[in-house]
Amino acid sequence: MTASDKTSGKLNTEANFHHAGEPVTRPYRAGDDLYEALIDSHQGLSDEQSQMLNARLILLLANHIGDLAVLRQALAAARESI
Amino acid sequence: MFNTYQPPVYDYQRSVDQQAGQIAHHPLIIVGAGPIGLAAGLDAGVQGMPALILDDNNTVSVGSRAVCYSKRALEVLDRLGCAGRMVEKGVCWKVGKMFFQDQLVSSFDLLPEAGYSQPAFINLQQYYLEEYMVDRAGELDQVEIRWQNRVSAVEQQGEQVVVSIETPDGPYQLSTDWLIVADGANSSVRSMMGLSMDGRVFRDRFLIADIIMKADFPSERWFSFDPSYHPGQSTLLHSQPDNVWRLDFQLGWDKDPEEEKKPENIIPRVKAMMGEAMEFELEWASVYTFMCRRMERFRHGRVIFAGDAAHQVSPFGARGANSGFQDSDNLIWKLRLVMQGLAPQQLIDSYCEEREFAADENLMNSTRATDFITPKSDVSLQFRNATLALAKQHDFARKLVNSGRLSDPAILSHSSLNTPDADPFDSPMLPGAVMEDAPIEGPKGEGWALQLVDHRFQLLCFCEDATRISAGELQQLSELAESEIPLRPLLVYRRGTPPAAIAAVHDSEGLMAQRYDGRDGSCFLIRPDQHLAARWRSLDCEAVRLALNTATCNL
Ligand SMILES: Cc1cc2nc3c(=O)[nH]c(=O)nc-3n(C[C@H](O)[C@H](O)[C@H](O)COP(=O)(O)OP(=O)(O)OC[C@H]3O[C@@H](n4cnc5c(N)ncnc54)[C@H](O)[C@@H]3O)c2cc1C
Repeated sequence: MTASDKTSGKLNTEANFHHAGEPVTRPYRAGDDLYEALIDSHQGLSDEQSQMLNARLILLLANHIGDLAVLRQALAAARESI
Repeated sequence: MFNTYQPPVYDYQRSVDQQAGQIAHHPLIIVGAGPIGLAAGLDAGVQGMPALILDDNNTVSVGSRAVCYSKRALEVLDRLGCAGRMVEKGVCWKVGKMFFQDQLVSSFDLLPEAGYSQPAFINLQQYYLEEYMVDRAGELDQVEIRWQNRVSAVEQQGEQVVVSIETPDGPYQLSTDWLIVADGANSSVRSMMGLSMDGRVFRDRFLIADIIMKADFPSERWFSFDPSYHPGQSTLLHSQPDNVWRLDFQLGWDKDPEEEKKPENIIPRVKAMMGEAMEFELEWASVYTFMCRRMERFRHGRVIFAGDAAHQVSPFGARGANSGFQDSDNLIWKLRLVMQGLAPQQLIDSYCEEREFAADENLMNSTRATDFITPKSDVSLQFRNATLALAKQHDFARKLVNSGRLSDPAILSHSSLNTPDADPFDSPMLPGAVMEDAPIEGPKGEGWALQLVDHRFQLLCFCEDATRISAGELQQLSELAESEIPLRPLLVYRRGTPPAAIAAVHDSEGLMAQRYDGRDGSCFLIRPDQHLAARWRSLDCEAVRLALNTATCNL
């Protein structure tokens, strides 16, 4: 993502998972690390608890992103063809 | 059930060692003539060491087993002198496509760049691979295979291992300095020694069917999630030589493997996938449940485990045999140095350090792929399907789609044999990684960088103009060549004429310089298994000697 993308508030849908400061030796690695952590975080939860976890997670990440323009695009992309 | 292949029969022959009351000695014995035992034997043979391989059977692996062999496996097999036939017979491929509900959602290209001696992947039935390896063993005087020699007991006695063997002529015993155990996932030697292999069993079943059909699909790997012809499950399609196609159907845990194996149940599945009109014959079919597990330690005294005997993965990503070849590649040069008295036994322990690390990476990737393909809970199924749905439009989700991360060469970046960088380099070829291949021109004409490596360590010295090498530098390099640990200095030059006193290759397309970040003066110390041990921006003989000692545990 370039700096101008940041100021223009465009949702980044290119692959962006990474380990800060580490060389990329396997292109799939950071994404798979995230995916596994995500699934693991639900380990042992009931469906209802899982839904609660997801809701909290969305709120945390949304606050981290902050920019409402970006968040509205993400909401629209997530809603598409459901 | 074979229509396209006639398995060879390797006759049992009584050996001179089978005399009552004597225990003949062999310096190196290998249990199992599967791909990994054979690779270990061939590697010993090409490095000039005698090796005796014992196998309980009298033919190659029968049935639907390994299909996909990676570039790295082929590079190893090329060093062993048998990749040529495999690539010629095999189906080369590099593109994988993933479909979700019949729509293409993601794809990968494993080798987007030219300039490598080996293809990204070939598909070849495991029996061909083994047959070619057995043929190659026949060309090496030092390698002997004894068929129908089943190892029935193993006992460590001091510095030796005594092996008991059953044959059609009755039992006999042998002793050896080192025993390599490559007798497969259900390793009987492992059980005899009371050792375990722990990990996970996946609660799912897969029907693997090899069919003969004339289809003109491109040679690509096609993985389908939730296709309309096999709802709620996944399938995989691969092309093999002789018009054989590998079909892989996820069945679910509740299916009865015996029922699913029956042709009357397989045929409708194949028709649903390939279309009613497609004509085909069944070649082979079996139902598998997959496991991901490894032994805690690969070495027990003078007994060393390799291949599936040491670690087992689910096949998504083709990390079984492909990682096993990296085991023997890693082990044999170390054993040779230890057996020649040029390195202490800690060097064998570094085999464990490096290959247990590699096994963990393979297990992690195979486990993650299997979890993506077989989600264990409702919420993980939901994340999986959300990823696939987003992948229709968004790049980031395409990269998350995991139908198996295909086997890659181990990057042993944390190995204690490496010398960490002191100078900055701009190349992903870190110490511990496999050296990059590239086209070169050598004294024997056009060739490949990887083929420069023989059983010695190599010191690749990059120079822009070979004419400008000084007498002093030549002197230093020839002194390095006198090291007790065999080391060959090799000049890699862009232009000029190298002096006759040193081995030299022309980096004809500049690809070596580019891939290694090999600027003028840079030196790369390469191990006999083609992994990078150390690199510098300029030649420093003391540093090279220290790195050589580090890479052989001679500190
Ligand atoms: C469905 C399926 C698909 C696969 N696909 C791939 C793939 O695409 N790519 C890939 O790289 N891998 C793949 N694999 C894995 C691959 O088949 C194995 O990793 C590979 O065969 C391991 O080789 P090995 O030599 O360690 O063991 P094995 O091939 O199991 O060989 C062991 C040998 O030891 C012998 N033996 C056993 N016990 C004794 C004894 N007591 N005395 C003497 N001899 C003995 C056996 O007869 C056998 O010859 C697949 C596996 C399966 C099941």
